[in-house]
Amino acid sequence: MVRVEFLGPIAREALEIDASSVQEIADRLREDETLREWLPKCAVALNDEMISDLSIELKDGDRVTILPPVCGG
Amino acid sequence: MMELHQGALDTKEIFGRWLDEEASSNYGAYIPFVGTIRAEDEIEALSFDIYEPILKRWFDEWQDRAAKRGAIVKMAHAIGDVPIHTSSYISAVFSPKRRVALELIDEFVEDFKANAPIWKYDVINGSRVYAADRSTPMDGAGLLS
Repeated sequence: MVRVEFLGPIAREALEIDASSVQEIADRLREDETLREWLPKCAVALNDEMISDLSIELKDGDRVTILPPVCGG
Repeated sequence: MMELHQGALDTKEIFGRWLDEEASSNYGAYIPFVGTIRAEDEIEALSFDIYEPILKRWFDEWQDRAAKRGAIVKMAHAIGDVPIHTSSYISAVFSPKRRVALELIDEFVEDFKANAPIWKYDVINGSRVYAADRSTPMDGAGLLS
Protein backbone atom coordinates (compact mmCIF):
# COMPACT_ATOMS: atom_id res chain seq x y z
CA MET A 1 0.00 0.00 0.00
CA VAL A 2 1.04 3.56 -0.69
CA ARG A 3 0.19 6.27 1.81
CA VAL A 4 -1.07 9.54 0.31
CA GLU A 5 -0.87 12.57 2.59
CA PHE A 6 -2.45 15.98 2.04
CA LEU A 7 -0.67 19.00 3.46
CA GLY A 8 -1.71 22.46 4.64
CA PRO A 9 -5.20 23.71 3.82
CA ILE A 10 -6.45 20.59 2.00
CA ALA A 11 -7.45 19.31 5.43
CA ARG A 12 -8.04 15.66 4.58
CA GLU A 13 -7.10 12.45 6.26
CA ALA A 14 -4.33 10.45 4.61
CA LEU A 15 -5.36 7.64 2.24
CA GLU A 16 -3.91 4.16 1.81
CA ILE A 17 -3.98 3.27 -1.89
CA ASP A 18 -2.94 0.09 -3.64
CA ALA A 19 -0.93 1.52 -6.55
CA SER A 20 2.20 0.55 -8.46
CA SER A 21 2.89 3.91 -10.14
CA VAL A 22 2.31 7.62 -9.63
CA GLN A 23 -0.05 7.44 -12.61
CA GLU A 24 -2.30 5.07 -10.66
CA ILE A 25 -2.35 7.50 -7.74
CA ALA A 26 -3.38 10.26 -10.16
CA ASP A 27 -6.16 8.07 -11.58
CA ARG A 28 -7.52 7.36 -8.11
CA LEU A 29 -7.37 10.94 -6.85
CA ARG A 30 -9.06 12.29 -10.00
CA GLU A 31 -12.14 10.26 -9.11
CA ASP A 32 -12.50 12.28 -5.92
CA GLU A 33 -14.79 15.31 -6.38
CA THR A 34 -13.41 17.11 -3.35
CA LEU A 35 -9.90 17.08 -4.83
CA ARG A 36 -10.85 18.28 -8.30
CA GLU A 37 -10.08 21.92 -7.57
CA TRP A 38 -6.88 21.15 -5.71
CA LEU A 39 -5.07 18.76 -8.07
CA PRO A 40 -4.20 21.24 -10.88
CA LYS A 41 -2.55 23.50 -8.29
CA CYS A 42 -0.75 20.86 -6.24
CA ALA A 43 2.83 19.71 -6.44
CA VAL A 44 3.79 16.15 -5.49
CA ALA A 45 6.55 14.56 -3.45
CA LEU A 46 7.54 10.89 -3.13
CA ASN A 47 9.15 10.03 0.20
CA ASP A 48 9.77 13.77 0.73
CA GLU A 49 11.44 14.32 -2.65
CA MET A 50 9.66 16.51 -5.21
CA ILE A 51 8.71 14.58 -8.38
CA SER A 52 7.56 15.54 -11.87
CA ASP A 53 7.01 12.19 -13.60
CA LEU A 54 3.83 10.11 -13.58
CA SER A 55 5.64 6.97 -14.73
CA ILE A 56 7.63 6.58 -11.50
CA GLU A 57 7.00 3.16 -10.00
CA LEU A 58 5.84 2.82 -6.43
CA LYS A 59 6.50 0.11 -3.88
CA ASP A 60 4.80 -0.97 -0.70
CA GLY A 61 5.34 1.58 2.08
CA ASP A 62 6.02 4.57 -0.20
CA ARG A 63 4.65 7.92 0.87
CA VAL A 64 3.17 10.35 -1.65
CA THR A 65 2.63 13.89 -0.41
CA ILE A 66 0.30 16.42 -2.02
CA LEU A 67 1.44 20.04 -1.61
CA PRO A 68 -1.06 22.83 -2.29
CA PRO A 69 -0.02 26.42 -3.28
CA VAL A 70 2.44 27.93 -0.83
CA CYS A 71 3.06 31.34 0.68
CA GLY A 72 5.86 31.56 3.21
CA GLY A 73 7.09 34.67 4.93
CA MET B 1 21.43 26.91 9.13
CA MET B 2 17.66 26.89 9.29
CA GLU B 3 15.57 27.32 12.44
CA LEU B 4 11.84 27.14 13.14
CA HIS B 5 10.20 28.86 16.09
CA GLN B 6 6.71 28.73 17.59
CA GLY B 7 5.16 32.18 17.16
CA ALA B 8 6.81 35.51 16.32
CA LEU B 9 10.57 35.64 15.78
CA ASP B 10 12.89 37.48 18.13
CA THR B 11 14.67 39.13 15.21
CA LYS B 12 17.31 40.99 17.23
CA GLU B 13 18.34 37.88 19.12
CA ILE B 14 18.56 35.77 15.96
CA PHE B 15 20.39 38.34 13.82
CA GLY B 16 22.76 39.06 16.69
CA ARG B 17 23.46 35.37 17.18
CA TRP B 18 24.07 34.86 13.44
CA LEU B 19 26.47 37.78 13.45
CA ASP B 20 28.33 36.28 16.41
CA GLU B 21 28.47 32.86 14.70
CA GLU B 22 30.24 34.34 11.69
CA ALA B 23 32.28 36.95 13.55
CA SER B 24 35.59 35.31 12.60
CA SER B 25 34.54 33.76 9.28
CA ASN B 26 36.05 36.58 7.22
CA TYR B 27 32.88 37.45 5.31
CA GLY B 28 32.91 41.00 3.99
CA ALA B 29 29.13 41.30 3.53
CA TYR B 30 26.14 40.36 5.72
CA ILE B 31 22.71 41.12 4.29
CA PRO B 32 19.67 40.44 6.45
CA PHE B 33 16.05 40.34 5.28
CA VAL B 34 13.10 40.76 7.67
CA GLY B 35 9.52 39.89 6.79
CA THR B 36 7.04 41.69 9.06
CA ILE B 37 3.28 41.07 9.30
CA ARG B 38 1.43 44.17 8.11
CA ALA B 39 -1.92 45.30 9.48
CA GLU B 40 -4.42 44.97 6.62
CA ASP B 41 -7.89 43.59 5.93
CA GLU B 42 -8.83 43.36 9.62
CA ILE B 43 -6.39 40.56 10.31
CA GLU B 44 -5.12 40.00 13.86
CA ALA B 45 -2.29 37.74 12.88
CA LEU B 46 -1.05 35.41 10.19
CA SER B 47 -0.64 31.72 10.89
CA PHE B 48 1.69 29.21 9.25
CA ASP B 49 1.86 25.47 8.64
CA ILE B 50 5.25 24.11 7.64
CA TYR B 51 6.23 20.74 6.21
CA GLU B 52 9.70 20.47 7.65
CA PRO B 53 11.21 17.47 5.77
CA ILE B 54 10.82 19.13 2.36
CA LEU B 55 11.66 22.59 3.68
CA LYS B 56 14.91 21.17 4.99
CA ARG B 57 15.78 19.64 1.60
CA TRP B 58 14.92 22.89 -0.16
CA PHE B 59 17.11 24.82 2.26
CA ASP B 60 20.03 22.36 1.97
CA GLU B 61 19.98 22.82 -1.82
CA TRP B 62 20.25 26.57 -1.32
CA GLN B 63 23.10 26.08 1.11
CA ASP B 64 24.91 24.12 -1.63
CA ARG B 65 24.20 26.80 -4.23
CA ALA B 66 25.48 29.50 -1.88
CA ALA B 67 28.60 27.48 -1.06
CA LYS B 68 29.52 27.34 -4.77
CA ARG B 69 29.70 31.13 -4.62
CA GLY B 70 31.65 31.20 -1.35
CA ALA B 71 28.58 32.31 0.62
CA ILE B 72 26.20 30.95 3.25
CA VAL B 73 22.49 31.49 3.78
CA LYS B 74 20.58 31.33 7.05
CA MET B 75 16.88 31.52 7.70
CA ALA B 76 14.35 31.41 10.51
CA HIS B 77 10.58 30.99 10.17
CA ALA B 78 7.65 31.04 12.54
CA ILE B 79 5.17 28.18 13.02
CA GLY B 80 1.61 28.94 14.15
CA ASP B 81 0.21 32.40 14.85
CA VAL B 82 2.28 35.55 14.36
CA PRO B 83 0.65 38.87 15.41
CA ILE B 84 0.71 41.94 13.18
CA HIS B 85 3.81 44.14 13.42
CA THR B 86 5.98 41.18 14.38
CA SER B 87 8.19 39.00 12.19
CA SER B 88 7.41 35.59 10.71
CA TYR B 89 10.44 35.17 8.46
CA ILE B 90 14.01 36.34 8.43
CA SER B 91 16.95 35.30 6.34
CA ALA B 92 20.48 36.45 5.69
CA VAL B 93 23.39 35.92 3.35
CA PHE B 94 27.03 36.12 4.30
CA SER B 95 29.57 36.35 1.51
CA PRO B 96 33.14 37.48 0.97
CA LYS B 97 32.02 40.46 -1.15
CA ARG B 98 28.79 42.42 -1.40
CA ARG B 99 27.77 41.62 -5.00
CA VAL B 100 27.24 37.91 -4.35
CA ALA B 101 25.30 38.65 -1.16
CA LEU B 102 23.03 41.18 -2.88
CA GLU B 103 22.25 38.77 -5.71
CA LEU B 104 21.78 35.74 -3.47
CA ILE B 105 19.40 37.40 -1.03
CA ASP B 106 17.18 38.35 -3.97
CA GLU B 107 17.23 34.86 -5.52
CA PHE B 108 16.89 33.11 -2.18
CA VAL B 109 13.93 35.15 -0.90
CA GLU B 110 12.10 34.91 -4.24
CA ASP B 111 12.54 31.15 -4.46
CA PHE B 112 11.51 30.89 -0.82
CA LYS B 113 8.21 32.57 -1.67
CA ALA B 114 7.69 30.26 -4.65
CA ASN B 115 8.84 26.86 -3.38
CA ALA B 116 9.22 26.63 0.38
CA PRO B 117 6.49 24.25 1.66
CA ILE B 118 4.78 26.75 3.96
CA TRP B 119 1.06 27.58 4.07
CA LYS B 120 -0.26 30.92 5.23
CA TYR B 121 -3.59 31.69 6.88
CA ASP B 122 -5.18 34.99 7.89
CA VAL B 123 -6.37 35.01 11.47
CA ILE B 124 -9.64 36.92 11.66
CA ASN B 125 -11.82 36.82 14.79
CA GLY B 126 -9.74 33.91 15.99
CA SER B 127 -10.34 31.77 12.87
CA ARG B 128 -7.74 30.69 10.33
CA VAL B 129 -8.56 31.38 6.68
CA TYR B 130 -6.19 29.97 4.04
CA ALA B 131 -4.57 32.82 2.07
CA ALA B 132 -5.50 31.21 -1.28
CA ASP B 133 -5.26 34.39 -3.35
CA ARG B 134 -1.69 35.10 -2.20
CA SER B 135 -0.46 31.53 -2.56
CA THR B 136 1.48 30.17 -5.52
CA PRO B 137 1.54 26.64 -6.94
CA MET B 138 5.01 25.14 -6.45
CA ASP B 139 7.22 24.22 -9.40
CA GLY B 140 5.81 21.09 -11.04
CA ALA B 141 2.26 21.62 -9.78
CA GLY B 142 -0.55 19.88 -11.66
CA LEU B 143 1.23 16.55 -12.11
CA LEU B 144 -1.79 14.59 -10.90
CA SER B 145 -4.50 16.61 -12.66
